[in-house]
Amino acid sequence: MSTSTPLGKLRTNGLLWPIVALVALLVVNVIARPSFASITLRDGHLYGSLIDILRNGAPTLLVALGMTLVIATRGIDLSVGATAAIVGAITTTYIVAAPDPASARAAFIGMAIALVACALLGVWNGFLVSVLGIQPIIATLVLMVAGRGIAMLITDGQIITVNNEAFSVVGAGFVLLPVSILISIAVFIGLVIITRRTALGMLIESVGINPEASRLAGIRSRTIVWMVYVFAALCAGVAGLMITSNVNSVNPNSVGLWIELDAILAVVIGGTSLAGGRFSLAGTLLGALVIQTLTTTVYNLGIEPQAILVFKAAVVLAVCLMQAPKFRARFVRRPKPPTPAIRPTAPAPVPSKVGQ
Amino acid sequence: MTEAATAQKPSSTGAPVVEMRGISIEFPGVKALQDVDFRLLPGEVHALMGENGAGKSTLIKALTGVYTIDSGQIRVGGAPVSFARPAEAQAAGVSTVYQEVNLCANLTVAENILLGREPRKAGAIDGRAMRARAREVLTSIGLHIDPASTLSTHPIAVQQLVAIARAVAVDASVLILDEPTSSLDADEVAELFRIMRTLRDKGTAILFVSHFLDQVYEISDRMTVLRNGKLVGEYLTAELSRLDLISAMIGRELGEMDALARMTASHEADSSRVPTLRARGLGRVGSIEPMDLDVHAGEVVGLAGLLGSGRTELVRLLFGADRPERGTIEVDGKPVSIRNPRNAIAAGIAFASEDRKGEGLIADLSIRDNLVLAMQASRGWARPVPRRLKDELIEKYIELLDIRPANPDALIRNLSGGNQQKVILARWLVTQPKLLILDEPTRGIDIGAKAQIMKLVATLAAEGMAVIFISAELEEVLRISDRVVVLRDRQKIAELEGRSASVNDVMSLIASHSDGSTLERNAS
Repeated sequence: MSTSTPLGKLRTNGLLWPIVALVALLVVNVIARPSFASITLRDGHLYGSLIDILRNGAPTLLVALGMTLVIATRGIDLSVGATAAIVGAITTTYIVAAPDPASARAAFIGMAIALVACALLGVWNGFLVSVLGIQPIIATLVLMVAGRGIAMLITDGQIITVNNEAFSVVGAGFVLLPVSILISIAVFIGLVIITRRTALGMLIESVGINPEASRLAGIRSRTIVWMVYVFAALCAGVAGLMITSNVNSVNPNSVGLWIELDAILAVVIGGTSLAGGRFSLAGTLLGALVIQTLTTTVYNLGIEPQAILVFKAAVVLAVCLMQAPKFRARFVRRPKPPTPAIRPTAPAPVPSKVGQ
Repeated sequence: MTEAATAQKPSSTGAPVVEMRGISIEFPGVKALQDVDFRLLPGEVHALMGENGAGKSTLIKALTGVYTIDSGQIRVGGAPVSFARPAEAQAAGVSTVYQEVNLCANLTVAENILLGREPRKAGAIDGRAMRARAREVLTSIGLHIDPASTLSTHPIAVQQLVAIARAVAVDASVLILDEPTSSLDADEVAELFRIMRTLRDKGTAILFVSHFLDQVYEISDRMTVLRNGKLVGEYLTAELSRLDLISAMIGRELGEMDALARMTASHEADSSRVPTLRARGLGRVGSIEPMDLDVHAGEVVGLAGLLGSGRTELVRLLFGADRPERGTIEVDGKPVSIRNPRNAIAAGIAFASEDRKGEGLIADLSIRDNLVLAMQASRGWARPVPRRLKDELIEKYIELLDIRPANPDALIRNLSGGNQQKVILARWLVTQPKLLILDEPTRGIDIGAKAQIMKLVATLAAEGMAVIFISAELEEVLRISDRVVVLRDRQKIAELEGRSASVNDVMSLIASHSDGSTLERNAS
């Protein structure tokens, strides 16, 4: 198991296959439509398909980052989509009802109130899981189901449209790059620093791997698990702001719909085990990009709408299989022991499937 | 390997039925086997010897297809093989009986013996033929039990023999017995050996692993010794003295254990001072009756008692692993409230649980992370242990406790039991506790690591640490302890001077006022 070469390192930390999948998807797109790779500068903004992928993937990435930590503690959070809808509903409802609905002040207060509410939702989830000890999948299912209802109540069942420049910046603004991707990247970098430069990452992993041993070593397992759900809810909240801000309206039934599944997929593709324990934020970043690129690819290749979900599922399955050690051991030929210098990587199934 | 070449051929002749050459297996950070040769001749009992972590299990798993070898060659019956899974090995005549009985307790004896090879009639399982065939197999190894009876109705020893019957039923040319005697009493062991001899005389090659030297000398014809994943040599049992065997296994002279006894005895606790730990009326309903306990600085207090006597329950209360319902605890004369492990750690108490896997290890983290875990937990997540201090501590404890591999980045799950235990000990030592509680620190680890840990405990006490030591092995408790607290039925029944007390004293205390079954359990 050579870990000295860059390739060997990628193999051992599990980032190889997501990278292969991402590159393969990009190559397929460029072949199908050469202009895919071009990026142009207009009015100080970057435009292009790649930028679109980043912008559209920003909410998924954000939610997936929160989900990574939750999954690392052996949990799961199904309520993130509903949380995003509630945050969108609160913000837009506040802005519309404010005395000066077009002012930046209204936007900021609206977003602040929504994020505080969203943190409370995270506190609720964390309470159910860490204090009452309810299975995470059930505990967060409560809010997943109830959340959209709450959002509907807030907007009184209406689709609310806002016209507020300051609010639009979050989802549709540009500072060279789309603001939404800048936010997600900032959260990513911040999270890497806070988990890997402090001991937080190790303690989260420790709790996820063996909760009882962690408790006996004096780790505040309950606090850590609780914090992680609050963080996941905040990530979902900001994602909800991005989504509603991008279209300047909120439909409680569709904001962040199925985003929890995309987020979980991104985490899994990134190599973090659903069984908890060690997590990879870089993997999640790659996973979110793979998911978003895949969606874009589907449109770019003009695949029939009816086949989109099946196609997506096939690619995700292929990536996950290639990551599974047991599958690889069985179907990917290992080199004979006497010449262990190079391990030929088997051709990824992704490009061959996409190429059809 | 020169020894291997010069060793005489044993009485049995013929080509080796198993031949392993230059076997190497590497787990991330651990070289589990390095260039090991091994051969097994038909009609012999071959003992595989070595301490925990020497590579015995790995070698067996390499042979049976559980692990994939990184280099080397395996031949069975002369033909090169590479088993991808245990079923393939079994099909090729290599049967394994593991330490833990892995049969289906809810099925009948006959079903277990013929699982997956049931005789069929018109597509359905032929129950009558199956029982007949099972009876045949059982008779051939001299075990007379009803094949139609449910396996779980039989004692563990019989289940073990059924597992062997199952292995025999496939006409295995190679039978691997991994610690088959650990749960058997003397008569049962004799019965097992009789069966092993019968099989051997029929030409079966038997690979035998046991920690009991007496048994190894009684049953084996030859032995192969491993140490630290390397081959030490292959010997004829009759030509290797026990002393030579042990020094081959641990790579150094004995005598450390004896020096230890002196060291402990020379050390005296000053009981007039304020005790490090003073517990009064400590209890919890359904766990232990209220009891008092004092432990002084520099003193080793042993807790003796049977499983379920309250020895583990008591220390769990002291550490806050379970919440005490009544009683008080003072550390260095100051009352402390211990409601959870964090309180206990803050008060200077450390606790290594008897359940190393379930309550000690963070299996998927490195030695480094496991070692600093408790220290990090008490600092809080925002103040990571500085890299330099971490490296210093790790270097110090890897050397002090002789942790192998000496690679801080190796995952702890890949270490042997003894080395895992040392890392857990180090985890607590870096917190510089006043009171160290060790619950069965030597369970399931080999002689060498055991001696190291006992020596460490003695040294720590000599340096002024208070220690509570629990072990199921009374000799061990008596050897290390200044004072022994005897527990029975969740009550403290006596305190003895460690040096003057004998195993018999403690056993008769435990047996007194007690029903016969307890006595019997203790004696076995």
